[in-house]
Amino acid sequence: MSVRVQEQDFDVSAELALMRKGNPKIGAIASFVGVVRDINEGDSVATMTLEHYPGMTEKAISEIIDQARGRWEVLDALVIHRVGTLKPTDQIVLVIVASTHRGDAFAACEFIMDYLKTQAPFWKKEITPQGARWVDARVTDDKAAERWKV
Amino acid sequence: MITLLYFARLREALGTGREQLVLPAGIGTLGALRAHLAQRGEAWAKEMAAGRNLRAAVNQDIATADTVIKDGDEVAFFPPVTGG
Repeated sequence: MSVRVQEQDFDVSAELALMRKGNPKIGAIASFVGVVRDINEGDSVATMTLEHYPGMTEKAISEIIDQARGRWEVLDALVIHRVGTLKPTDQIVLVIVASTHRGDAFAACEFIMDYLKTQAPFWKKEITPQGARWVDARVTDDKAAERWKV
Repeated sequence: MITLLYFARLREALGTGREQLVLPAGIGTLGALRAHLAQRGEAWAKEMAAGRNLRAAVNQDIATADTVIKDGDEVAFFPPVTGG
């Protein structure tokens, strides 16, 4: 299990290969990549800056992975989240979950991403033609996280 | 002494990201601390107002108004998160 918060980009293929290497128990790997869009709330986005809470960010994501491990069979998991200034088409976040079978891998990957959106202390600021603005939290993200509650 | 941290929109509105504060007598919970900070002036009154959608953490764990605060704690206030 691994959590990385970093400014530099990541290589999805390399991370996938690293996870399955030497672990013959893995039968399924699900991954999610979040990407910067060029339009948000109807306005074009030139760049985006991600701020976070060093220390708490890593801790919060580790706790989310632990929760996923309590609910599904998770053989390994990786979360990489970028911070700093990003532009449209850049990768922001990577979640990879390895399991024996696909059902657990898909579910745990989606769960981790839904919880990350609402629990991990990151904040986005967009630069648009109208100026800089902080992105507001979405009700739809809260709803996505809530549906996992038992 | 406690460490106070402010992030994102809140950091900009308050003009500070970090400060040390001697915990005033009688302030023992996050809710009481927030009410205390709200008395600091216009920007503070607006950002720390009870109706304002604000999140907080004590020692890097998500906290609520009832969370106990003691000397040496790290207390952070921030807007709802928008990562991913």
